[in-house]
Amino acid sequence: MNDKKREPLFHIVKRDALSFKTAFAIRAIAIIIALIICGIITMITTGISPIEVYKSIIVGAFGSVRKTWVTLQNISILLIISLALTPAFKMRFWNIGGEGQVLIGGLASAACMICLADKLPNAIVIICMIISSILAGAIWGLIPALFKAKWNTNETLSTLMMNYIATQLVAFYTIVWEVPKGSGKIGIINQDSNIGWLPQIFSSKYLLSIIVAILVTAFMYVYLNYSRHGYEVTVVGESENTAKYVGIKVEKVIVRTMVLSGAVCGLVGLLLVGGINHTITTTIAGGQGFTAVLVSWMAKFNPITMVLSSFLIVFMNRGASEISTNFGLNQSYSDILTGIILFFIIGCEFFIRYTLMKNHNNKTVKEGK
Amino acid sequence: MLSFLTAFIPRAIVQGIPLLYGSTGEIVTQKSGNLNLGIPGVMYVGAISGVIGSFFYERSVGGNVNGFLAIFIPMLCCLIGSLLMGLLFCFLTVTLRANQNVTGLAMTTFGVGFGNFFGGSLIKLSGADVPSIALSATSNCFSKSLPFAASLGGFGKVFLSYGFLAYLAIVIAFVCSYVLNKTRTGLHLRAVGENPNTADAAGIDVIRYKYMATCIGCMIAGLGGLYYVMDYACGVWSNDAFGDRGWLAIALVIFTIWRPNVGVLASFLFGGLYILYLYIPTGMEHMEYQELYKMIPYVVTLVVLVITSMRSKRENQPPQSLGLPYFREER
Repeated sequence: MNDKKREPLFHIVKRDALSFKTAFAIRAIAIIIALIICGIITMITTGISPIEVYKSIIVGAFGSVRKTWVTLQNISILLIISLALTPAFKMRFWNIGGEGQVLIGGLASAACMICLADKLPNAIVIICMIISSILAGAIWGLIPALFKAKWNTNETLSTLMMNYIATQLVAFYTIVWEVPKGSGKIGIINQDSNIGWLPQIFSSKYLLSIIVAILVTAFMYVYLNYSRHGYEVTVVGESENTAKYVGIKVEKVIVRTMVLSGAVCGLVGLLLVGGINHTITTTIAGGQGFTAVLVSWMAKFNPITMVLSSFLIVFMNRGASEISTNFGLNQSYSDILTGIILFFIIGCEFFIRYTLMKNHNNKTVKEGK
Repeated sequence: MLSFLTAFIPRAIVQGIPLLYGSTGEIVTQKSGNLNLGIPGVMYVGAISGVIGSFFYERSVGGNVNGFLAIFIPMLCCLIGSLLMGLLFCFLTVTLRANQNVTGLAMTTFGVGFGNFFGGSLIKLSGADVPSIALSATSNCFSKSLPFAASLGGFGKVFLSYGFLAYLAIVIAFVCSYVLNKTRTGLHLRAVGENPNTADAAGIDVIRYKYMATCIGCMIAGLGGLYYVMDYACGVWSNDAFGDRGWLAIALVIFTIWRPNVGVLASFLFGGLYILYLYIPTGMEHMEYQELYKMIPYVVTLVVLVITSMRSKRENQPPQSLGLPYFREER
């Protein structure tokens, strides 16, 4: 009927491992194309010239000293969450519950700040905050891990549900602790006494999260690449059967890794509540638990490249929000731009792993008909 | 008691319909082995596409809308919008063989942002002089129920008081269930989801089935978004109002163990759980407990998730190759 059997123009061949340089170049090209498309779309929606678009993106991220610090701080927070999720992903455990683990960690430290403020000295309150937030995050990671290890429960959905449970818990305590009554929000905690506020380093309120981010990056790099635990995580991720065969207790690795993952997320909650916002709301994590999944994956689970990918996302985010404030557009504009960049990065992975070969015998097939 | 039920059940059903659309769409998608976590985004895109379509239509005719076009244009826009999202997902995951979880999450980020951006900026972008997007004329067409429903008392209220999209959702769910389980196409589709290698060897076009199932699934899910804005929200778009219903729809897929016909009742049950907190008396001093009651649907989902995995019966398992990419060359 129709010549369905005609050979396609190309066929796909798997590449050998690409050199780091070529792979990097392919990604860079994808990002540049994505940025051009973002520029064109911005031009259409706002009517400004493309050069202005990129200028306002840079101004939004690095326009002033304060903006630069905030950008760096946002990068640190996103980076720590991405690092936290990474060991789980390496094990092929899709922890998309970063949001909830951050929230519950924040809730725990807010609880310490509110309930212990008048009873204990500041230093002990802070120690309690650190311990309780890390513990809370760890527990939030432990619950889905136990289900997964014991009954192979789908972790994508169970961690997702844990997010909403955490959100509702925060909503519940927001009303319990609201100041003033009936306002529906907590406001700045301990504004006068500053009890439970994490110390400022070199009198800069931004530096603490940046230092923590550097430490966590170094720790994760060593943990994943040079420790026995990291090795076990990789083996379980590559093949569960191999892991069982060489005597790794898969269940134990799953639980241990998720506890670590949740604990580091809880640490972010501590930073957000004790160090940055000094209050807690249900949106304090701001969807970064989900963005972090993409950041971690974009960096191919390598802690060092993750610095670059989280930089890219935060940079675009702050730039897009600058554009949307200037032109009175909606703040969600940055989500669209982030989405477009992500699609390109996701798509370009194909060209790193495969290559297209032209089919030479196309003609002969046609003639043969 | 009866009056309570006739008040509660219709509200639960109205809440359940978007979930039913979402979960039916996702079941069809997952049966082809594609785990589309972008459904929340697709539903936003479907909703906003419909809103954009009818916004311009209402503006161009200035109030006196034609009943058929008022329904046809938003539906067409919604289907096109969600189809494009489906094509995007397929292109990235099937043709370019990208990771499905990551692609899905990126689509959710994009879709939710797309919905909120155009929902918040449509008026400014189009230069209209209206304070907010309120498509009441279109909404009236969508939520028109049978004229004699009101005169039938409790029966009419529980069964006949909905707009046509609600009935369409139920019809689609049963049709999907029939096609999946009783036809050759459904058999082929399930084969693709269970084991694409075998399906390919049997001469089934795996890529085509994956594309078709995912795109149709996305279009069905997009209708859920449209129903929410046009019928439930009376044509008023407000940002983030759709909330987490997309994720609940994905959870429903597991709750119903991949059966669209079970999904009809399950989605109504979830709709009921979703608004249950309004019906549990808390007293004025303890409004905080409402927040705890809002947790119920998620806790129930988690419990069901754990129980189904504990029982691990063979017929209750997800499609075997769910979430895995298929490359013919890598067998």
